[in-house]
Amino acid sequence: MPFRSMKNFTARAAFAGALALSAQAPSAAMAQGTLRIGMTASDIPLTTGQADNGGEGMRFMGYTVYDGLINWDLSSATKPSDLVPGLAESWAVDAADKTKWTFKLRPGVTFHDGSDFTADAVVWNLDKLLKNDSPQYDPRQSAQGRTRIPAVASYRVVDPLTVEIVTKAPDATLPYQIAWVMMSSPAQWEKLGRSWDAFAKTPSGTGPWKLTLFAPRERAEMVPFKAYWDKARVPKLDKLVLVPLPEANARVAALRSGQVDWIEAPAPDAVASLKGAGFTIVTNTYPHNWTWHLSRVEGSPWNDVRVRKAANLAIDREGLKELLGGLAVPATGFFPPGHQWFGHPTFKVTYDPAAAKKLLAEAGYGPNKPLKTKIAISASGSGQMQPLPMNEFVQQNLAEVGIQVDYEVVEWNTLINIWRAGAKADISRGVTGINYSYFIQDPFTGFIRHLQSNFAPPNGTNWGYYSDPAMDKLFDQVRNTFDKAEQTAVLEKVHEKFVDDALFIMITHDVNPRAMSPKVKGFVQAQNWFQDFSNITIATAGR
Amino acid sequence: MLLYILKRLVAVTPVAFGVSLVCFLLVHLAPGDPLSAILPADATQATIDEMRAAYGFDKPLPVQYAIWLWHVLHGDLGVSIATGRPVLGEVSRAVVNSLILASVATLIGFTFGTLFGFVAGYHRNSILDRVASAISVFGVSVPHYWLGMVMVIVFSANLGWLPPTGAGPDGSGNWRPDLEHLRFIILPAVTMSVIPMGIIARTVRALVADILAQDFVEALRAKGLDEVGVFKHVVRNAAPTALAIMGLQLGYLLGGSILIETVFAWPGTGFLLNAAIFQRDLPLLQGSILVLAMFFVALNLLVDVMQTALDPRIERA
Repeated sequence: MPFRSMKNFTARAAFAGALALSAQAPSAAMAQGTLRIGMTASDIPLTTGQADNGGEGMRFMGYTVYDGLINWDLSSATKPSDLVPGLAESWAVDAADKTKWTFKLRPGVTFHDGSDFTADAVVWNLDKLLKNDSPQYDPRQSAQGRTRIPAVASYRVVDPLTVEIVTKAPDATLPYQIAWVMMSSPAQWEKLGRSWDAFAKTPSGTGPWKLTLFAPRERAEMVPFKAYWDKARVPKLDKLVLVPLPEANARVAALRSGQVDWIEAPAPDAVASLKGAGFTIVTNTYPHNWTWHLSRVEGSPWNDVRVRKAANLAIDREGLKELLGGLAVPATGFFPPGHQWFGHPTFKVTYDPAAAKKLLAEAGYGPNKPLKTKIAISASGSGQMQPLPMNEFVQQNLAEVGIQVDYEVVEWNTLINIWRAGAKADISRGVTGINYSYFIQDPFTGFIRHLQSNFAPPNGTNWGYYSDPAMDKLFDQVRNTFDKAEQTAVLEKVHEKFVDDALFIMITHDVNPRAMSPKVKGFVQAQNWFQDFSNITIATAGR
Repeated sequence: MLLYILKRLVAVTPVAFGVSLVCFLLVHLAPGDPLSAILPADATQATIDEMRAAYGFDKPLPVQYAIWLWHVLHGDLGVSIATGRPVLGEVSRAVVNSLILASVATLIGFTFGTLFGFVAGYHRNSILDRVASAISVFGVSVPHYWLGMVMVIVFSANLGWLPPTGAGPDGSGNWRPDLEHLRFIILPAVTMSVIPMGIIARTVRALVADILAQDFVEALRAKGLDEVGVFKHVVRNAAPTALAIMGLQLGYLLGGSILIETVFAWPGTGFLLNAAIFQRDLPLLQGSILVLAMFFVALNLLVDVMQTALDPRIERA
């Protein structure tokens, strides 16, 4: 039996077993004030600053041990998450020269090792990512961070609490880019013999948590940094423990046996039994999109807006949500409903098969001439939710209105390579769409990388070779609108155009589910890929 | 004997070379890009090219193999792409953890396998034989990862007696054979032991039954040897074949089990291989496979030598 089939079989067998044996969970003694989290990652994310392992890595090892000059506001579950001052108290672009930014740093901030955070440290950290010949240049961190700050051209210390960053061209999205850069301690790196390997074992940032134990692939432990500059975010817990548990059933078992208090991404088929056993399932909308990114190369059927709209109207998103045990938010646009950039699109993304058939007929398709096409999907993958059953569901929906889809099922890494190579590349095997899940937390990851015409491969990841001068003009406006409210208004226009032109097939959003013991108190799940663990406490009674 | 060992050592050299070639080619011919694991999905081509050159993936495959083999011969298995840590360190830690698990599983599997085999062989067609045979057939047939899951549900999730994952309350770094750590090993070790137990029980049963039916046993009894004496002869005659089977099983156990170690999040070689496969971490993958393959080669050598010591006819053959 192939390994993947065995995994599926294993999951089914375990689920069946869990159903049969889900009567009661044990009460296990727990350390008071210690929160133990089962992550989906197979290793402790990179501890030196720029974490790896995607969004999960930054969530647990980025914004915990470190800060950026700009942070994300993770304090609310009900409003969209936005940027807030971090190690920089304020930032502003030069009125005369829109490429010149000044960052005023927060005074009195120290790293975990006691050294001061100053403008020199900011420049040192940017060199760590961008300056290949600097002593502290770290290829591993650079691989994670360099791509995130494409606008940065140069930077310099103005005074001990002021840094100037110059961009290659005027770019109002710079604050979103800077929020990716984590500040490691130069003093600690020097103290440890200028070794990032040594630094990885005893890292030092300015974040609310200090790493005290790093056991590769097994465990990381953090304690509160009592001298953290933001007193409201000094952690209340005694200790935070991270355990890599990549296997979904192992995570559920660890939670149910009381070995951990919290697990990331419980499998949808385990949710009912976990709820039944008294565990809490926490979800929230966040900037994630599970979509079909469409090809716009010559000959693609998706070049006709009527066909794109028809496909969008053919999908029963509520049915899909039911298939996922309720762990999804049906798409009404490219961004989740309620997002600050959603705007007011006129095209309503709903389930209307009759309207879909009508549009297809107008486009020249019908029962005697069905639209036949091929889409690349993966069998699994980070953020891809449950790609096989979900795509089978979508395939059935589309077949009902006259769109016959064949799937080119590939392994997740192959799909990433197809996505990088573009729709015209041989590796894409003539598919007219690609099922992909997107991190869409800022203007670049949300829109620009997919849709700006000069980001077509190999220059970027505009996989479908979409090109529309009107959209390019909007992106220019985004980059040149430095007033936050005005920029938001432009981003609303981008999203309205996206939806009204039905650029992708907008299907669903993940809800970032996590399951936790009822004794975990005070967690607020922000509408963000990253989360704040500072206000969490562990109740002494209960499970 | 010394000459025999030397001859076997010489014979092992091309095998080891072949193993290194096969494991290098296998991991390189598999689909997937090793750099996908460490680069953000939207990394630019320049960044990808830079990293490819940094890890030497831009060189022709034979050159990559030659460089890798040269380093391996000098005791350097390279650096993991995903973690940046030396492969030798990663594999060594994992091997130690797998050895701990394998030792306990071996103790359980070999003890009960031999016991059931002898009981069944001595009492053919009796109720004892049927029970012992049923247990051994169960051991061979049941998918062990499924058994592991069921045991986790019963003993961890529902009864709360044993922890379901990990190698100790604070990881495997400070592992010691105390009760707190042994609690972590029970479920994976029992799960891991069922297959060797079943195979050994069946083999030993067949051997014992076969030996007991031979004329020399009748002759021993006719000469007045007591049953303990006969038993010693049976053991001595069954030992070479049983030992060969045990050697193979020990090899499998020491190699770790991807499924069991993943189910129980046991930080051994199987867990490591699983992570390396999913992350396309080629240096880690080829380093781990090479070390595990060398285990098999070494164990086979050891078993051959032990068999020869027990039965000198093998050396002459």
